[in-house]
Amino acid sequence: MTQQGVRWTADQVLALAPDAASRKAGSKLGAAGPWSEAGCSDEGTVWGLCKGSGSKPYQTVVDIADASGPAYKCSCPSRKFPCKHALGLLLLWAGDDAAVPRGEAPEWAEQWTAGRRRRAEEKRSGQEAPSGSADPEAARRRAERRAERVTAGALELEQRLADLLRGGLATAEQSGYGLWEETAARMVDAQAQGLAARVRELGAIPSTGPGWPVRLLEECALLHLLGQGWLRRERLPDALAATVRSRMGLPASADGKPVRDRWLVLAQYDTADSRLTTRRIWLYGADSGRTALLLSYGAAGRAPELALPVGLALEAEVSSYPGAGQPRVALGEQFAPPAPAEIRPPGVTASEAAARYGDALRDDPWLESVPVTLGRVVPTPDGDSWQLADADEDAALPLTPAARSRPGLWRLVALSGGAPVTVFGECGHQGFNPLTAWPEGAGDAVSLC
Amino acid sequence: MTRTSAPVDAPGTGAWEGLVTTALLGTDRRTPPGTAPGQDAPVALLDAAAVETVRRRAGLRPARAAQRPRPAPADGRPPLPAAAARRLAMLLADRPGASAGGRRGTAPDLMELLPQWLAAANARGFAPPPQVLPALLDAARGRTDLRPAALEFAGPRALWLARLNPDWRFALRSAPGGGAAPPPVADDDRTRQVWQEGLFAERVALLSALRSGDPAAARELLATTWATERAEDRLMFLDSLRTGLGPDDEPFLEQALSDRSRNVRATAAELLSALPGSALAARMAVRAAACVAIDHTRGSGAAGTAPTPTIVVEAPHECDPDMERDGVVPKAPAGRGERSWWFGQLVEAAPLGTWSRRLGGRTPREIVALPVADDWQGELHAAWCRAAVRQGDAEWSRALLGEPSAPEAGGPGAVSLAERAKLLGTLGAAERAEWVAGFIAAHGLSEAFQLLGVCAVPWAPPLGRAVVDALNIARDAGSYPWSFSGVMGLAERCLDPSESGRLDALLAVPDEPEDASPGAGGYWAEAFQRLVTTLRLRAAMIEELGPAKPITPA
Repeated sequence: MTQQGVRWTADQVLALAPDAASRKAGSKLGAAGPWSEAGCSDEGTVWGLCKGSGSKPYQTVVDIADASGPAYKCSCPSRKFPCKHALGLLLLWAGDDAAVPRGEAPEWAEQWTAGRRRRAEEKRSGQEAPSGSADPEAARRRAERRAERVTAGALELEQRLADLLRGGLATAEQSGYGLWEETAARMVDAQAQGLAARVRELGAIPSTGPGWPVRLLEECALLHLLGQGWLRRERLPDALAATVRSRMGLPASADGKPVRDRWLVLAQYDTADSRLTTRRIWLYGADSGRTALLLSYGAAGRAPELALPVGLALEAEVSSYPGAGQPRVALGEQFAPPAPAEIRPPGVTASEAAARYGDALRDDPWLESVPVTLGRVVPTPDGDSWQLADADEDAALPLTPAARSRPGLWRLVALSGGAPVTVFGECGHQGFNPLTAWPEGAGDAVSLC
Repeated sequence: MTRTSAPVDAPGTGAWEGLVTTALLGTDRRTPPGTAPGQDAPVALLDAAAVETVRRRAGLRPARAAQRPRPAPADGRPPLPAAAARRLAMLLADRPGASAGGRRGTAPDLMELLPQWLAAANARGFAPPPQVLPALLDAARGRTDLRPAALEFAGPRALWLARLNPDWRFALRSAPGGGAAPPPVADDDRTRQVWQEGLFAERVALLSALRSGDPAAARELLATTWATERAEDRLMFLDSLRTGLGPDDEPFLEQALSDRSRNVRATAAELLSALPGSALAARMAVRAAACVAIDHTRGSGAAGTAPTPTIVVEAPHECDPDMERDGVVPKAPAGRGERSWWFGQLVEAAPLGTWSRRLGGRTPREIVALPVADDWQGELHAAWCRAAVRQGDAEWSRALLGEPSAPEAGGPGAVSLAERAKLLGTLGAAERAEWVAGFIAAHGLSEAFQLLGVCAVPWAPPLGRAVVDALNIARDAGSYPWSFSGVMGLAERCLDPSESGRLDALLAVPDEPEDASPGAGGYWAEAFQRLVTTLRLRAAMIEELGPAKPITPA
């Protein structure tokens, strides 16, 4: 593998940090001072000894050639993942060729990587073997029982929605979260996680300021639509039925045909609630032109393990999850480790972006937004808000309320300087959420999230 | 985005609004449009709302474009080398506060290196990558000392950006005269307009900027409105004449000596006394010289010893109106005698050249060495120090500083450390460094902080060696490193990175001598490690930026 010749940028390394404190601690260790016997191999292993406060230096190894993002091993006691030593080592590797020269991995590093790769190999061959462990009849019965419980949940929710509208949404403002939390708990009992999550969102809407009745009615209506979709799933086309099943929160496996491509990492960002950190990674296939979504989860307050820094491209196979217009994929076999690439997705106009969202609703009416790359747009102040104005026609997409208050907005404005830029983001009914931008001329991708 | 345009939307909008109203009130009170009342009314409402919601979302159109911002002015400077851009991002990512408190450990303090990095980048004339500007402006917002260098480096696009974000308005106020904004032109309408109508801060900025380019024009601009300015403003404006002060300013300053405000008079007098050829300086010289004489008869008490020439001081008996007009403050601060107070002011304002003529053609060094009768030495030498600093006289400074290894240099002598630091400021960088190195070698580090602060960065080799040796001695003496944290911090920022090799021997944890503070050895090793790491980082930082003179782009 010759891709190892290309080292990552510091930004790409820092994107791996689980939190701001680690980013800071890691950057401090990204200098030659505390490191000794550091090196990297052509197979994608980086190693080094880091002097800590104790007498024995920490042994740090990173395997950047791994299919599911880099893997780390460090003899320090930190529970952060990756720890500051791994980040510091990668920063050193990214910034300073001389401090981390090519070489043979020492035995302690080699052992770990070899062990990892062997296990990964075994797992892969294990997967290919038929998984005939369970009794298919029993599995079918379990699925049926679960479907019955979900149906019961959907019916109960339909009843609650009807009650709500009979009494009027105005009462919802007074009842507050309590009612919805209880309903959400009932949906969890009914194993309909998708319904539970949507119901929980409903509780927050009355406190979102002017226009809340419109938003609440919209969400209630879409919830009703989902419930009805589930109750009549037998009569839906297969693809739409699959979308309904996944929106209801039923498990699905990525059984689509694997697609091999050079996947450019367009964006990576985390959202967190009290239970879970969700990481979304958008990929763009250089050959297929397809935009795909990888999801990865971590327990609350912990970073999900999969991390793919923006601007890298990986040669890999991905498989789709079922459902019409479903962008979500699972990462399969990886043929080359992530490396910086000059790929840029082609851009569309603001009007085309809006039309794309409309089209996508045909396949999935519950869709909040679609991934779009806008070509030649100018970030433009519009009263208290901002929009991305098409450079060549009188059309603009307003930014989502969340995007207006993120520091990334200012990076985008600075990058543009009033000139057109290319922006990747999510375009939906709330507006455009910019995630990554490229300058008009040559230049690297700038992450905005 | 906007909802679908009117003709298509008209029935839809009405239908949707009807649905929202019904939903708010409840189907018990109001029947949804187009359905029958009863049990199924809520479901019918939800069905209709679902159709409308998806219809409305699918029909979204882009909004009209607002007035697009004017493009930022072009930045002609070459872009940063990639490695330097990465380094900058890393320095800016290291925000203070994230790990407040606690030991500093072995890792360098990145934010502290930002001023140096900015100075080096500015010296090479690079432009920043635009996406770092927000972080750079945020850093400059939090630290006023960073602002001039940060804004110079940030360039025209940062000012363009600052107009869009109220958080960065400071950048517009403190736009550096040399960098982004074009220097004001004296006969410009715009200049005159700002001067006539601008806010006070804008006017001060304008005057300072003009003064640094064209001192005479600035003075003339000030003279146009001088009579109508408020006293506080006159004081501030007068103060800005300090830059580029020259003999041409004398008439204006002389006239300001009769100002209504005493503070304005004092400042004018101070500025005039810094011009050794001015009439005020000559008047002060006459007054001061009258108070100081050599007595050749003193010290001849014992038989056979030759008398030692001694300086005798006869302080003025009154502060007459002419003295007052020349800036002498008649009222002494509490606890000081009036006459010595007046005397100090006269000597301070008299040109130092006076003394050689007055005191028998002696050199400054010989004059300073003369004994002074009746405890006047402190007063006289202190006044000479102030005069040497004010007049920037290196020879007198040298004489007053004395030998760095002299015992009184370390303790409270006639000349305080603060005065010494100021005197050092009049010497050349190499001489300054050498004097401070001698001082540290003789007196150690405990008093050196203030003096190190005036030395040029990076420290000259003899100075660097003296500091490292002194730190080594302090460690061997068994004290804790945080007693020297000030000097350590300075060393991290100011020691020449090429010295880091000399520090390798200090990195090991030494055996603890019996009388040492417990654990001190480990902490010292840690402190030295941080020092070496920081030096290496600085070396890497400078190397990434390339040689100091960039190849100018064609």
